[in-house]
Amino acid sequence: FSSEMQLVQVLQKLFDDYVKTTSSKLKIIDAYMFYILLTGIVQFVYCVLVGTFPFNAFLAGFISTVASFILASCLRMQVNEENKDEFNGISPERAFADFLFAHAVLHLVVVNFLG
Amino acid sequence: SIILKVMSSKSGLLRSNSLGYTSLLTFVILALAWFVGFASRLFAIVRFESIIHEFDPWFNYRATAHMVEHGYYNFLNWFDERAWYPLGRIVGGTVYPGLMVTSGLIHHVLDLLNFPVHIRDICVFLAPTFSGLTAIATYFLTKELWSAGAGLFAACFIAISPGYTSRSVAGSYDNEGIAIFALQATYFLWVKSVKTGSVMWAALCGLMYFYMVSAWGGYVFIINLIPLHVLVLICIGRFSSRVYTAYSSFYVLGTILSMQIPFVGFQPVRTSEHMPALGVFGLVQIVAAMQYARTRVTRAQFLTLFIGGLSVALGVGLVGYLALVWGGYVAPFSGRFYSLWDTGYAKIHIPIIASVSEHQPTTWVSFFFDLHITAAVFPAGLWFCVKNVNDERVFIILYAVSAVYFAGVMVRLMLTLTPVVCVLAGIAFSLTFEKFLKSDEHFRGSSAGTDNKQYDKLKKQKGSEGADQTSSSPDGAPVSEDPIGPNVRSIVSFVMSILLLMFVVHATYVTSNAYSHPSVVLQSSTSNGGRVIMDDFREAYHWLRENTPDDARIMSWWDYGYQIAGMANRTTLVDNNTWNNSHIALVGKAMSSNESAAYEIMRELDVDYVLVIFGGVIGYSGDDINKFLWMVRIAEGEHPKEIREANYFTEGGEYSVGAQASQTMLNCLMYKMSYYRFGETRVGYNQAAGFDRTRNYVIGKKDITLEHVEEAYTTENWLVRIYRVKKPANRNGVKYTERKIRPTGGHKSSSTVGRSGRKGSLKNKAVVIKGKRPVTA
Repeated sequence: FSSEMQLVQVLQKLFDDYVKTTSSKLKIIDAYMFYILLTGIVQFVYCVLVGTFPFNAFLAGFISTVASFILASCLRMQVNEENKDEFNGISPERAFADFLFAHAVLHLVVVNFLG
Repeated sequence: SIILKVMSSKSGLLRSNSLGYTSLLTFVILALAWFVGFASRLFAIVRFESIIHEFDPWFNYRATAHMVEHGYYNFLNWFDERAWYPLGRIVGGTVYPGLMVTSGLIHHVLDLLNFPVHIRDICVFLAPTFSGLTAIATYFLTKELWSAGAGLFAACFIAISPGYTSRSVAGSYDNEGIAIFALQATYFLWVKSVKTGSVMWAALCGLMYFYMVSAWGGYVFIINLIPLHVLVLICIGRFSSRVYTAYSSFYVLGTILSMQIPFVGFQPVRTSEHMPALGVFGLVQIVAAMQYARTRVTRAQFLTLFIGGLSVALGVGLVGYLALVWGGYVAPFSGRFYSLWDTGYAKIHIPIIASVSEHQPTTWVSFFFDLHITAAVFPAGLWFCVKNVNDERVFIILYAVSAVYFAGVMVRLMLTLTPVVCVLAGIAFSLTFEKFLKSDEHFRGSSAGTDNKQYDKLKKQKGSEGADQTSSSPDGAPVSEDPIGPNVRSIVSFVMSILLLMFVVHATYVTSNAYSHPSVVLQSSTSNGGRVIMDDFREAYHWLRENTPDDARIMSWWDYGYQIAGMANRTTLVDNNTWNNSHIALVGKAMSSNESAAYEIMRELDVDYVLVIFGGVIGYSGDDINKFLWMVRIAEGEHPKEIREANYFTEGGEYSVGAQASQTMLNCLMYKMSYYRFGETRVGYNQAAGFDRTRNYVIGKKDITLEHVEEAYTTENWLVRIYRVKKPANRNGVKYTERKIRPTGGHKSSSTVGRSGRKGSLKNKAVVIKGKRPVTA
């Protein structure tokens, strides 16, 4: 019981800390990531309910949401000022350009896979 | 880069000049490496002709020719009804299209430029061209790992290394020719993305991984090595946001790209070979979340979160994976890859995999033969990487260790060991030359700090420049008191140069003598040194092409299926794809049974011609009699009641076709077809009739009669023998013992005068009463 309470406390503290310390630029990216997460969950629940045929269409849609989520989280990491010395030579503009390039590749493949 | 550092202390103008010189030197060296790599693979073309070698390349060539003729979509949807009769083969879904698409693309581009080159020539020269590109990719990889100087060494090593040339000579039109280039390029892009943490490099790595997946089944090695690298980085505490960015982007893009190849299909989410990558992907997300939480909560709370969360995640993951495998959603490890861990597995359960000569364990001799001095020097490079470790050098260490293990399991996998050996040997040579070639005076006044940036950034920075007037060794070790004397330096440089020269001589010798055989054409020399070419294979296939109907079906052992389909253009029963073990076992059973039983099987399968390879006249040791035991074993696997391997041995238990051979052996179809009419032949003036040059004794049964097949064609040196399967007789003959009416024995009268010798009457006329048996008078 106490470890559960501890976990809930830790998560609560994390959330408060998050609201206080993150800049609005990062909060926008986080909102976008949350939306992507919702679409991914909807697709997965639909697949569980209705069945996996056609499997390639399900995989295309689901991997599209997962990949968009991952690319957004990478963008968030690279744009965050706290990580500046880790990503040497990657300005926020360069990070966004990489994000666009990866998304172009991703969506071309997803459209091909949808069938 | 050495020259650059030396000159950078001088004026700025000279600095830009030296950059130009360095680039020119790099370009010239890489161009020379490409040219030398291309040239050293051309021995077979110069000695014979521009022809596709071996067995597998013939299928690749036929598929490429089909694609060039019918277009890309027809190639992807091609159902080949001229292979695996009567089953057919879905080529589009069972082939890695990268090789064919590459050749087709080059052919198309050259055609557009009004420079028509026959597709066969493009196929023959593709592998040497890509060897040059591999050298360039290796240069970039080693430059990221160590320095440009090491990169040039590694590029030159891999251009001529026999381990690589063995599978990429001109004429060897096989997947490995382009796959090694894709491998090195993928690894270079991966190392670059880990170093920079940029999503662009990770996306490019994903695209190059897609090309690798389209090229070769060995992509499984990449998709397990990269997650292993990330896992090791996490375990040793080198996890950073760059690793997260690089791996997550690479994994999602690479996975969905790899599923575009029809042959791979849904395997990345359905088979055990791809599960480690998914597991590490999940782990990386958890670790990144932990890192995010760590800075924001107290240590105690973080520990709770960390341990609780991690253990829950690992437990769920493991249980989930086992449940999926048990439920059948995720396939367990396939036999091909399981046999890499449990080496005794294939011999018992999958004899087809065990019978391939390339799948045998590697001997010590092969390591030296294929790698020469690089095999001896690469542990030194590995040690230098361990000593000066950073994120990307962990990768090359893991690659080296896993490649050495796999190369020891299977001869064929020496090919994946060669790139890493070249990279590490390049590093070792570069470091040694750097240490022993640089003279001391140039170090005075130059900033020693620039040296350290190349190596581990955790190392302590060097002290002030005034303190180290004597030579500072490049890896930042404590300054030695006395500089290296000029004598030692010149001796070491001289010895290393001699080693490199010996490597070049050995590599060229090996490529020329061991790996440049077309195997379609055999060569030997006469007693006065002249060359004798034995072109029996092509003679036989050409005969088949010209003298048999277009829809004739040829039965032979699976080794020759691709060649028959490619050169003779006839339907075959089984070929090198070996996807259907039962069908191959049926052919093996036909070859091992006596003639009547074999005839039944051949009638069932609509066989028109049978082809065997026989080397007894010239002493060719790769013929079907030497492979016969494998046919028996494979047939026994499927039909254990009819075929027993022990029946084919002599009384003493050894395999022989001589006088002591068992009756089963002497009556089987393979024996009869190989030795028909051989009993009367003499192979030399002083040899007995029926002396088999390959087995070196006289054969057991010399008077062979064939009942259901007849000889159609035997080539000049008896190497290929083709038999026609006779159609059933028009009238079913009844065997003499089963006849109801028999002539009375021996009574043959030539005179018409006899007891009932009146003209026009029958002797011994049978009295026939309807409904009763006839009674002879």
